[in-house]
Amino acid sequence: MSLLRIRNLSVSFATASGAFKAVDGVDQDVNAGEILSIVGESGSGKSVSMLALMGLLPWTATVTADEMTFDGVDLLNISKSARRKIVGNDLAMIFQEPMSALNPCFTVGWQIKEALRIHLGLDRKARHRRAVELFEQVGIPDPERRLSAFPHQMSGGMNQRVMIAMAISCQPKLLIADEPTTALDVTIQAQILDLLADLRNETGMGLVLITHDMGVVAETAERVSVQYAGQKIEEQPVDDLFNSPHHPYTAALLDALPERATDKLLPTIPGVVPGQFDRPRGCLFSPRCKYANDHCRAVPPIPAGPELGFVRCHYPLNTDERNVS
Amino acid sequence: MLNYVLSRLLTFVPTFIGVTLISFAFIRVLPGDPIVVMAGERGMTAERYAELEAQFGFDRPIYVQFWDYLTGVLQGDLGNSFVTKRPVWDEFFALFPATLELSLCAMVFAILIGLPAGVIAAVNRGKFFDRALMSTALVGYSMPIFWWALLLIIVFSGNLQWTPVSGRIDLLYYFPNPTGFMLYDSLVSGQSGAFASAVRHLILPTIVLGTIPLAVIARQTRSAMLEVLGEDYIRTARAKGLASKRINGIHALRNALIPVITVIGLSVGTLLAGAILTETIFSWPGIGKWMVDSIFRRDYPVVQGGLLLIAVAVMIVNLTVDMLYGVINPKIRKR
Repeated sequence: MSLLRIRNLSVSFATASGAFKAVDGVDQDVNAGEILSIVGESGSGKSVSMLALMGLLPWTATVTADEMTFDGVDLLNISKSARRKIVGNDLAMIFQEPMSALNPCFTVGWQIKEALRIHLGLDRKARHRRAVELFEQVGIPDPERRLSAFPHQMSGGMNQRVMIAMAISCQPKLLIADEPTTALDVTIQAQILDLLADLRNETGMGLVLITHDMGVVAETAERVSVQYAGQKIEEQPVDDLFNSPHHPYTAALLDALPERATDKLLPTIPGVVPGQFDRPRGCLFSPRCKYANDHCRAVPPIPAGPELGFVRCHYPLNTDERNVS
Repeated sequence: MLNYVLSRLLTFVPTFIGVTLISFAFIRVLPGDPIVVMAGERGMTAERYAELEAQFGFDRPIYVQFWDYLTGVLQGDLGNSFVTKRPVWDEFFALFPATLELSLCAMVFAILIGLPAGVIAAVNRGKFFDRALMSTALVGYSMPIFWWALLLIIVFSGNLQWTPVSGRIDLLYYFPNPTGFMLYDSLVSGQSGAFASAVRHLILPTIVLGTIPLAVIARQTRSAMLEVLGEDYIRTARAKGLASKRINGIHALRNALIPVITVIGLSVGTLLAGAILTETIFSWPGIGKWMVDSIFRRDYPVVQGGLLLIAVAVMIVNLTVDMLYGVINPKIRKR
């Protein structure tokens, strides 16, 4: 049985101009020890679906799902206090902006020890020992001294390491990393990704990596789920996805990678993700798709089977590749 | 830290000179003549007037008078009151504890109620408590203080007879007043009922004086909390699985306190100076009432000295607030 199982998750936000569906019928599975990457442009609902899982959405959000279980616990019908025992403990999350994700008024040591006290009930000495250990584990030099530093006294990369240390402090079964490297320098990005992969290898936790960077996906992920405008449009193991993308959107994303570009000009996908008011009637990608016809524009596609990566397209690409090779 | 305090103390010097100059000029710009006021309705002869003028030094040029005054102040001599002939310094410190006691009580009252109220309003944004509190705060802030005081006196002292109308303690009690702080003195005096009486005398003036700071603190706390609650680190705290009480009361409030401390500091300044109205209404024997009386008597040294000492007290409060900043906000501390 998978560690995380989500079926038909939808999230809508109440806005002044009516409800806005940010996540639309998403299925997701994560197995223990697996690295799943969720890819998509801004506004594709990739963060929102994971925030819904954590129970971190504002009160304007309405979350519905057929099923949302984590480690055998039904997260849909769970009290707030019972959820708090799981969140931050077995299920942890790190965020995009490490500088603003840490509280500026408390030392990083205080913030990491707080989690240890709340969830594990360790005494003062044990907390300190564990905090030092965690800092060493995430590669923060001179941990004893760093524990008493404030977030503004450290670099973004160090702060993200602190966030990671905090997230793994209670040895979670699943860590969700929401664009953990977006706000960091390129050299630091690689270090943080390596660190996350290493931690996965050491602890055997599952890892969900939310990103819009295909390069990060290629480097780290094992299985990739592509989201577009709140829907999951394709899901494949990373190698298969890069070799034979089935959805035109995935293919276009891959073509836009600088490493793959053959022309002088980097290919782009024209247009933007549809918003609240310009949601197409048929396939959500049809206005931007170069293969779209009237059928695409009129009838929304339903997901295909696992052999085609659950692709949501009337005319999937590379369908016969498997037969050929 | 020591360097910081010293550099702040250095900025006191121009403020100090400015206040001295303004208070010196202010009382002299007012129409009226202290010698004429002293003479009363009977008046006095021209010779006697000239004699007194020379005695007080009013016959000399104004800049000489100011120089004399300034050099006196720098040597710790604020002059003697025209009316009581006692040193201004002594009179001030005999009365200041009463004002300080009242101001402190008002501030504690305002903080103890305003801070939690602001937090609860922010957490329940847009709900009934929030709306009720914010409109009440607006009323409290805009209400004329003398009217509010009279209203409270009529209801609680007049109709209900719960609290005394004025003064600091019942006349039944008499004890030496070593510190001038009635709450402390009545407690150590050992006389039964003295402390309770002092407390009952404090209640209404405290409420009246604390109302405006209370409204300001509640509103400021609410808006600061609302801003902080949208921050990423609050989401992090929730992702850690912390209870809402802990998130609001520790993670958010600590950050929200930074702007609130500013408001509290400013309020303390206005309290010390603004106690005048409250003290007059409740016949509270503090510096506010003393200053008002002195202005009417054109008691130059008292007005000048009193203003100066009040200004110094406000400056000390502001310095304390600035140092508190460092304690609350680590970004300021390390520099």
